[in-house]
Amino acid sequence: MAFPKSDSAAILARIREALRLSAPAPSVEAAPDAQSRRRWLPKVGPDYSEQIETFSAQASVLKAEFLRFPSFSAAREELASWARHEKWDRIATHAHPLTDGLLEGVEIPRFQVASGYDKLELEKCPVGLTACEALVAQTGSVLVSAVSSGGRALSILPPHHIVVATRDQLVPDLTAAFARVRATYGARLPGFLSFITGPSRTGDIERILVLGAHGPKRLSIFLIE
Amino acid sequence: MSASTLFQHDAKAAAANLPRRSFVRTALAGYMVKRKAAQDYFQDWQSARQAASEIKYEGVNHLDRYLEEFTRNAEARGTKVFWASNSEQARAYILELCRQKGVQSIVKSKTMTSEEIHLNEALEKEGYRVVESDLGEFIMQLRHETPYHFVLPCMHLQRDEISATFEKTLKSAPTRDPEELTAIARRFMRQEFCRADLGISGANFLVAETGMISITENEGNARLTTALPKIHVALVGIEKVLPKLEDLALFLPMLSATGTAQTLTGYNSLYGGPGQLGETDGPEEFHVILLDNHRTRLLADPEQRDALHCIRCGACLNVCPIFKNVGGHTYGTTYQGPIGSVITPHLRGLQDWKHLSGASSLCGACTETCPVKIDLHHHLLQNRRNAVAARPVWWEKLLFRGFSFVMRSPALYRLAGRLAPLGFALRRPVRNTPLDPLRPWTATREFPAPPPRTFQEIWKERARTQPTP
Repeated sequence: MAFPKSDSAAILARIREALRLSAPAPSVEAAPDAQSRRRWLPKVGPDYSEQIETFSAQASVLKAEFLRFPSFSAAREELASWARHEKWDRIATHAHPLTDGLLEGVEIPRFQVASGYDKLELEKCPVGLTACEALVAQTGSVLVSAVSSGGRALSILPPHHIVVATRDQLVPDLTAAFARVRATYGARLPGFLSFITGPSRTGDIERILVLGAHGPKRLSIFLIE
Repeated sequence: MSASTLFQHDAKAAAANLPRRSFVRTALAGYMVKRKAAQDYFQDWQSARQAASEIKYEGVNHLDRYLEEFTRNAEARGTKVFWASNSEQARAYILELCRQKGVQSIVKSKTMTSEEIHLNEALEKEGYRVVESDLGEFIMQLRHETPYHFVLPCMHLQRDEISATFEKTLKSAPTRDPEELTAIARRFMRQEFCRADLGISGANFLVAETGMISITENEGNARLTTALPKIHVALVGIEKVLPKLEDLALFLPMLSATGTAQTLTGYNSLYGGPGQLGETDGPEEFHVILLDNHRTRLLADPEQRDALHCIRCGACLNVCPIFKNVGGHTYGTTYQGPIGSVITPHLRGLQDWKHLSGASSLCGACTETCPVKIDLHHHLLQNRRNAVAARPVWWEKLLFRGFSFVMRSPALYRLAGRLAPLGFALRRPVRNTPLDPLRPWTATREFPAPPPRTFQEIWKERARTQPTP
């Protein structure tokens, strides 16, 4: 047996036949561009202090931990203290100036995610530390990608996900987040992008919120200002 | 038993199950409160709906162009795109893929298109192990039931029922704690994720411009399904296409607000191909199956074409008085509620599924709530009209001809009004017996008694006693 032949010609023919009759158009003014759509979407303030407040409020509703640090060394201290108290045997991470910067001098074994890593080992790690593409004020989301956040599994497999970000990574809304990604990569977008909005959750049982359904139960966002 | 008879039978049974109905109502009332908050967070929800419907109009009415653009861009990123005209082709492709790659174990994240093509049955028949990873879908799979609601698959189940299911199938200890129940499923699924060599997902959107698919979820199961196995297959209806990446800035929050009453759902992920050069992981192969399965039939009906704008948020189910009373399983369809009643006759045959369009109060709550402004309740009327036009019922025709004859003649109308009390009196002895011609209608309704005097008589008398100046 072999793969069946893709039926694209037949499907396209049916589509074109169907579209010979036109459907009544919705009352269009002008096709709204990305900028004008912002008038209808949830409102976000114009400057950093307002945006960071929105982000912080959203994160708290989402039950994500949002911590602001004046410097790397302050963040490093916090991380080291968590590692001690929660007795992490290691921390899973990936090579990136921000993750490397945060872990510099922190004495804890690292599981470094790099091409060909062992997924079963990653599954056993108590924490995953990643960088990100952007923080989105409007929704309290963290935008991760395969390029900036150590691939697809690191930010979802360990039960605790820590994100490290800097002040310039805060963007007002989803539109700006897409613009940021386009500016960074041009036409060669990463193979994977994800807006992470709070820890993994489910409401499938009687619509009662439970965190840590299949992904991280805990999401901590370290912002270095 | 025909689908219509089965529907009537199940509807009667479901409507009589008062505890279940009240449980479902309570759940949906909770949704409505949160939904309102999510919607109010928008600056202008109505304009956002308008824009969303315009973008979908653009996509659906240039479907050929955007699907080709999607395919071109996806293939440039190493994605294999397969176009399937029907369920058979889609299943054959996946089965062949499993055979060639020596697949042993499959994890799936929620995909209604796979329910539509009965994929699990086909895979299991060939000896493949398939596990649903979405918690709700997993519970339904263990219970051998189909989803009750296409967004909230097990919304009708109480925790004790779920605990009993886990106890029976996973040998877990009984518990009433939703957190513990979730943990049981999590522990079980972790092993499945790690050993699976094929991950099957659906997609909420296809982005033509970038050749990516977009998946919205809360649990992270779709992310694990697509990150760990060495092959990822996404099964997607052809109507899911959006022209631009930035369109998601509108659609993601709208889907979140109407689907699960959130500002943004937990994970909104874009997948553009297998693991790309220089990336640390990701599947070796990524296949997208574009499924027609009679969507082009709906496309060929310009009057109802906007039903293809649907983003499957499930909001129309949540507000529907019929859904609340007859429940999801009664529909007997992959897509329940108003949207299911509109599209199923197109996907699976008008005459077999026209009864769904009758199961509506035409209150229009569905149309009002739809984030992409599908004219749902008018489409239900159009389905009724089309069904009758295609296969007229002689006695209905006769009845209406007689009715219109009487209504057009003042003399006959007066006579009918005078005779009504007589007819009513004659009916009394046979009322609710098999001889009663009105019985099918009055079984669940009251037929109003004719008034002692007709409107015309009252009007005449009024003219006599109170002459207009």
